[in-house]
Amino acid sequence: MSKRLSFATLAVALPLAFASPVAHAATPADTVVIAKQIDDILTLDPGEAYELSGIEIATNIYDRLLRYEAEDVTKLVGGVAESWTISPDGKVYNFKLRPNLKFQSGAPVTAEDVAFSLQRVVLMNKTPAFLFTQLGWTKDNVKDLVKATGPNALQVTITEDFAPSLVLNLMTSIVASVVEKKVAMANEVNGDLGNAWLKSHSAASGAYRLVAWKPNESVTLEANPTFRLGAPAMKRVVVRHVPEPASQRLLLEKGDIDIARDLSPDQLAPLAENKAIRIEQFPGANTWYAAMNTADEHLKNPKVREAMKYLVDYNGMVNSFLKGRFIVQESFLPLGFFSAIAYNPYKLDVAKAKALLAEAGYPNGFELKFDAPNTSPFTEIAQSMQQTMGQAGIKLNIVPSELKQVIGVYRARKHQLLLISWGPDYFDPHTNADTFAHNDDNSDTPKVRPLAWRNHWYIPDVTKDMLAAAKELDTKKRAAMYADLQRKVTDEGPFIIMFQNTAEVASRANVKGFKGGITEDLNFYRTIKK
Amino acid sequence: MNVAALATPSAHGWVRQIAGPVHRVLKVLFSVLLTFLGLTCVTFVIGRVIPIDPVLAIVGDKAPPDVYARVRAEIGLDLPLPVQYWRYLMKVLHGDFGNSVITSQPVLADLLHVFPATLELSLLALIIGVIFGVPIGVIAATHRGRWQDQVIRFGSLLGYSMPVFWLGLVGLLAFYAKLGWVEGPGRLDVGFDDIVPTVTGLIVVDSLIAGEHDVFVNALSHLVLPASILGYLSLAYVARMTRSFMLSQLRQEYVLAALAKGLSPFRVVWVHALGNAWVQLITVIALTFGSLLEGAVLTETVFAWPGLGLYMKNSLFNADLNAVLGGTMLVGVVYIGLNMLSDLLYPLVDPRARESS
Repeated sequence: MSKRLSFATLAVALPLAFASPVAHAATPADTVVIAKQIDDILTLDPGEAYELSGIEIATNIYDRLLRYEAEDVTKLVGGVAESWTISPDGKVYNFKLRPNLKFQSGAPVTAEDVAFSLQRVVLMNKTPAFLFTQLGWTKDNVKDLVKATGPNALQVTITEDFAPSLVLNLMTSIVASVVEKKVAMANEVNGDLGNAWLKSHSAASGAYRLVAWKPNESVTLEANPTFRLGAPAMKRVVVRHVPEPASQRLLLEKGDIDIARDLSPDQLAPLAENKAIRIEQFPGANTWYAAMNTADEHLKNPKVREAMKYLVDYNGMVNSFLKGRFIVQESFLPLGFFSAIAYNPYKLDVAKAKALLAEAGYPNGFELKFDAPNTSPFTEIAQSMQQTMGQAGIKLNIVPSELKQVIGVYRARKHQLLLISWGPDYFDPHTNADTFAHNDDNSDTPKVRPLAWRNHWYIPDVTKDMLAAAKELDTKKRAAMYADLQRKVTDEGPFIIMFQNTAEVASRANVKGFKGGITEDLNFYRTIKK
Repeated sequence: MNVAALATPSAHGWVRQIAGPVHRVLKVLFSVLLTFLGLTCVTFVIGRVIPIDPVLAIVGDKAPPDVYARVRAEIGLDLPLPVQYWRYLMKVLHGDFGNSVITSQPVLADLLHVFPATLELSLLALIIGVIFGVPIGVIAATHRGRWQDQVIRFGSLLGYSMPVFWLGLVGLLAFYAKLGWVEGPGRLDVGFDDIVPTVTGLIVVDSLIAGEHDVFVNALSHLVLPASILGYLSLAYVARMTRSFMLSQLRQEYVLAALAKGLSPFRVVWVHALGNAWVQLITVIALTFGSLLEGAVLTETVFAWPGLGLYMKNSLFNADLNAVLGGTMLVGVVYIGLNMLSDLLYPLVDPRARESS
């Protein structure tokens, strides 16, 4: 029997005894390993990438015409451009490129490359192309409107009326990444301007070179020693796809990764005691809100919408399960953006909400379908709203679904109440204003489908004000116009705008300098040191 | 085609000789073809009725209507369903599963990349499951109702009912974080990435081929924990089934006769009874292997293991239909292959099957 017993013990213990205790070395001194959920990356071509992780990787590979740099993320500076002038009518922009810039291939960066890079965004017409087509650029005219006027001189002409600050901010976005024309064209297939090849290769002049992207596995970058701001300290950056936050935490604690990007508050709390780990918070720019479809018979009533804005426990949530991850921000611009205002007129007030509902003719409330993504913290926010709305008789039936499914419902305008978030496309207030405050065509087949349209909020006058703000040349006036728009949308709009996110990043104590930006464009790897 | 006609009595002798095998091969081919058609049809329909818009998965939420419409036409979603299915079927028959939305690579290339990772994991898990599961099952059967049986039954019930996700995390916490016996999530440490050239895709094998001892040790150290956890699950199932098969064998008269003849109990149990139980066990093991291959999603998530399960999960959530269909076909092929393999193995363990074939 004892033999059999020891056999059974062996049966359990042997598989694990395969490996004797392993020596855990820290990550190599010249390499930084980041754990992050990167399964959203569909492409690394900067003319096509529009997923959060894709933008973050691309911003570290490609230099852009203009930039907000890690050293001062509030100051607009030249990227490959050294200086620029703007014609008095705000239509023609002349950029002078920095001399002696080199691509990672060793070839010089020329105005021809920059012109090609901007043109190909419009010619390929992938998802982010709208950032440029809104300037009046089309497949037919872009080669005339964006052209090299000398080896180091680029001229850009816009046909629409837009404030220069907005145009310049667009030149800091991912579509203004500079691609090496010769390399892209050498890999062109069926007139795709190198798109298929650039999905998984780089032809860039930024801080890092793409070594390999293994989908759902990892992205490996190698430092570019000829980068215009000097070679980055870390020779290699490896971004590993670790889908499970709990696994990220264990890897970080053991020192097998240097930075964990997706830890939840319950995983971060115990790490605060750990001296080998440092936790930093960086403001994000995502706006979390609930959308009310005004085509619904209850929600078309402004009093009902106002009542519902009083039925959300904004502070209760950020002080409990959202602690450290969100701040209350009830206007559509995230703090940190030009002209954003901290405008928070609503707080949980059941009595006031009940009075408003009675005035609207619903003293006993009503029922609503509430679409919400089935992931944390959407689920918890939905449940909190369900509970507080219930206090005034509004019964929310939560329909949890996959995020993409919720987006499908939203785009088809088939929701009643829907929980979702929005992230800006570039560092200018127009990016959010153009969607929260834009709907002058409420038909089922409009040219664009902004958020106001998705909620049947027909606002031709507000749209005019929004477009005027985009064109305003006087910066002070422009800021005041956006402040008005923010108040208008918060007060009257079909959005219960609740929170702005903050990113919490946990690093090994010896790893310093990771700069988490307000948008993915501003997440810099080149400043990381060990 | 009337296959039976080939074997009519009027046919020549050589025709009669080959008619049997040809008939069997045609039968297998026909059933494989039907299974394939069924597989493609069901997965295609499921892919089209899921409420996720595959166009949105490609262009993203912010795409303007014209880009959306163009991509919809590009991937053929504007065509009637039967036409879409016909096109898909024709492509598949030519070995073209299309390109994955997520990776932009041909689905076949993706599958060839992710499948070895899962194969490596599942093979070791199966080996653990069989090497330990079968003897444990036999012990439980020979000690039926006694404490050994109770302990083993309880242990396998645990393995059966414990969520693998939780087990994986606890395993990581204990053996990786606290004890430091094994490496953590991932297939290799960063420092060992891309050292070994890919031959089979199984890193432990490739590193041996390349003579990279350090890579081999590192890969094995990464592999052993997820494989043990998956192996425990298959062990639980194999042990329970072995116990049940053995109990029915031990009740047979030949066991009594053998014991009465004076054969040692050890030989009766481990050679004769177990020998007969193997016939059924082969099917169980083949099916366990199949379910390990396609059921490793949660283990792969916890262990950041870039295998088939993770690939399929991600494809499904992104409405990457080509990848989902390709992956499903692969799993289907594996199941069919395993079934055929277990059919082939029967004659090895069962003389009756040898004679009849």
